[in-house]
Amino acid sequence: MKAIVTVLGKDRVGIMAKVCGYLAEKNVNILDVSQTIIKEYFDMIMIVDVSGLNCSFAEFTTDLDLLGKEIGLMIRAQKEEIFKSMYRV
Amino acid sequence: MISMSEARKTNEMILEEKLDVRTITMGINIMDCADSNLKTFCNKVYDKITSLAQNLVKTGDEIALDFGIPIVNKRISVTPIAIAASACDCDSYVEIARTLDRAAMEVGINFIGGFSALVQKGITKSDRTLINSVSEALSTTERVCSSINLGSSRSGIDMNAVKLMGSVIKETAYLTRDRDSLGCTKFVVFCNAVEDNPFMAGAFHGPGEGDCAINVGISGPGVVRKALEEKQGADFETLCETVKRTAFKITRAGQLVAKEASKRLGVPFGIIDLSLAPTPVLGDSVAMILQAMGLEYVGAPGTTAALAILNDNVKKGGVMASSFVGGLSGAFIPVSEDYGMIKAVEANALTLEKLEAMTCVCSVGLDMIAIPGDTSESTISGIIADEMAIGMINNKTTAVRIIPVHGKKAGEKVVFGGLLGYAPIMEVNNYDCSAFINRGGRIPPPIHSFKN
Repeated sequence: MKAIVTVLGKDRVGIMAKVCGYLAEKNVNILDVSQTIIKEYFDMIMIVDVSGLNCSFAEFTTDLDLLGKEIGLMIRAQKEEIFKSMYRV
Repeated sequence: MISMSEARKTNEMILEEKLDVRTITMGINIMDCADSNLKTFCNKVYDKITSLAQNLVKTGDEIALDFGIPIVNKRISVTPIAIAASACDCDSYVEIARTLDRAAMEVGINFIGGFSALVQKGITKSDRTLINSVSEALSTTERVCSSINLGSSRSGIDMNAVKLMGSVIKETAYLTRDRDSLGCTKFVVFCNAVEDNPFMAGAFHGPGEGDCAINVGISGPGVVRKALEEKQGADFETLCETVKRTAFKITRAGQLVAKEASKRLGVPFGIIDLSLAPTPVLGDSVAMILQAMGLEYVGAPGTTAALAILNDNVKKGGVMASSFVGGLSGAFIPVSEDYGMIKAVEANALTLEKLEAMTCVCSVGLDMIAIPGDTSESTISGIIADEMAIGMINNKTTAVRIIPVHGKKAGEKVVFGGLLGYAPIMEVNNYDCSAFINRGGRIPPPIHSFKN
């Protein structure tokens, strides 16, 4: 089962470390990453495999949201079906 | 594999253009609760609703978290009470409305629909009991919504019921006068009412439906407006294609949520309602879609054509995206619930008569329109009769949800709050129609050939 993790906000030291550290802790494998800096804003989308997730998906999204708030970023995790359903018949 | 640009676009729609799923509505058949004892009937209804819908809100919230798309409302519709309660030996259904209100509160939803009667061809004893209970029911409950079907293209219009509606609406306005006649926002009359509408105030679980169903109402006027703003100056073919493509994407999100809700709740999937439902929030407006097509304000010449394009292409794009489309499916044009509509009324660009013309091509009718409190019962019935005639002749659903705000005059403002919004009170043509309304009887249905 795949999910999309989106990270957006003002750039600072340690964003990748924080996010990837959390993903590893939850046994989530990163499959693809697209990351860019627009002006001083950090914009990243990750496709991750959540099949081995060691907590509920609701807890995972809530934790990421809280982690984002801690470091002044917006972090969202969504199951991939929402993207697939909108662009594929 | 999902492309990064698609992922970005979806999140832009949700976060900036306010794409959401407007409602997951659980339709519940309560005909099996029939009992001659009112109290027993109420207990059975309460138990059935609270047991079937106990996980509705929790499941809706979980789905919203999983896909990162807001699901704004979780609601319930039940079998029209005038049918389900017809065996009850009593002369008021207010107690049933209070039961529905308590059940809604227990399961944590904001509205429950179905305090309804279908009287297009005649009024039964039970229908009359319900109609006589509407104003008290709406003034003493918070979450109950009521609707009456007054006409259909097959049966014609019951003008006796149309006449009654004038007094029901005025009385409801009076009984809720301390809240700007808020009771009337929970009451709608229909011609050709649909049985699987998930949107309030007109939702009810029709007698032709199964025991329980999940119906989902999508939304997303902001997404359509943004897409059109990117096509400024393009021709009508491009305009229509853009609406269709956008409606397709929005509906796919709704279909996903509906399927998931149906699976998790163990309840069959009913339909997706393709309606673009606005809110008073800036950017979540159907009126602003019409403006993006090239109108200075809604109400300007060209408005009806623009709305026709929008309504038709939302359907064309949406039907491909879902296996079952139903409900009202099109564009809603409520006044108080739509930022652009409110601005158009304030600028004197939009009148009641222009709104009536727009209802010929929109998905419902005259919706959330505040009028002066001293408007007569017969004038309100006259407005309703006009709207019912449009629906009957054109084989479409039409509706009237009108609020004669007690003690207020044209030009004053009324605030209902929340999703119900605020509205300037509109002028009404007060020339007398009482001799017409007082005739009584039925208007026969139209002929279904020689269509011109």
